[in-house]
Amino acid sequence: MTQDASRSLPENKPLEIAGRTYNSRLLVGTGKYRDMEETGRAIEASGAEIVTVAVRRTNLGQNPDEPNLLDVISPERYTILPNTAGCYNAKDAVRTCKLARELLDGHDLVKLEVLGEEKTLYPNMTETLVAAEELIKDGFKIMVYCSDDPLLAKRLEEMGCIAIMPLGAPIGSGLGIQNRYNIRLIVENAQVPVLVDAGVGTASDATIAMELGCDGVLMNTAIAQAQDPIRMARAMKLAIESGREAWLAGRMPKKLYASASSPLDGTFF
Amino acid sequence: MNIQLNGEAFEIAEPATIAVLLEAMSLTGKRLAVEVNEDIVPRSQHNDFQLSPGDRVEVVHAIGGG
Repeated sequence: MTQDASRSLPENKPLEIAGRTYNSRLLVGTGKYRDMEETGRAIEASGAEIVTVAVRRTNLGQNPDEPNLLDVISPERYTILPNTAGCYNAKDAVRTCKLARELLDGHDLVKLEVLGEEKTLYPNMTETLVAAEELIKDGFKIMVYCSDDPLLAKRLEEMGCIAIMPLGAPIGSGLGIQNRYNIRLIVENAQVPVLVDAGVGTASDATIAMELGCDGVLMNTAIAQAQDPIRMARAMKLAIESGREAWLAGRMPKKLYASASSPLDGTFF
Repeated sequence: MNIQLNGEAFEIAEPATIAVLLEAMSLTGKRLAVEVNEDIVPRSQHNDFQLSPGDRVEVVHAIGGG
């Protein structure tokens, strides 16, 4: 299912996002860690080069000496990808992106996510389309969190989104890739990078996404909420590389019956 | 004068610029972004932008998120 053996091997193109080339195909979030030190160590271990952050009010009563996330995850070293998490309509998402661009000195790469409801955090696609249109007009480069509907994914690409990021399963659920056929259809139709965003629970889930031909995977909870986040970050790095290699190698066709691996000629019995 | 700062009432002596407000919050030089009445006030204007009574000011920064 993941590949058709008769077709030619995929081209090994580097991951390019907004004109920059990346070695790592693992993108990571910075939420839900115990503390800033663990965040920094896990991201280091993951090998990620693109790191998501959220934009929130400064805490008026906070200790001014408290480390700032962007001191630990410096924009000089990492590509910072601000998200619009927590936004349930296009207006809030657009406002958040504008604040993020100011915060990051004009950096205009954003992860657009407009949520539909709290229970599933499923993307609200009508509001996502409205926000995408306005942000693209304003010069933003959008990596868009979306449902795994191949037609909507194509629509977002045609509008000018620079990466399509369908969910594998609800955010933070760890359920893995629930609809491989849809992810594969989205990959087949896309001329821009496709990354699974949300739903990965463990290393094999990330590998499956890459075996389906995805250009990368974005995850947060699977690493941050593992018993040992640093080790899981390493596992995810390897899983992504492994899945990518398998995709490039072109898997053997699936068969219903056995096919002996040892030759039948020359047996002495 | 009274302004709304991050959703809460905040008292600051008039006249006050964004830069003065940030200093009162011990946030001078931090990586942040400021919005007044839902419009971005670019960093380059923090020294000149005069706050008015009733302004709704948001001061935001980056925190952990996925």
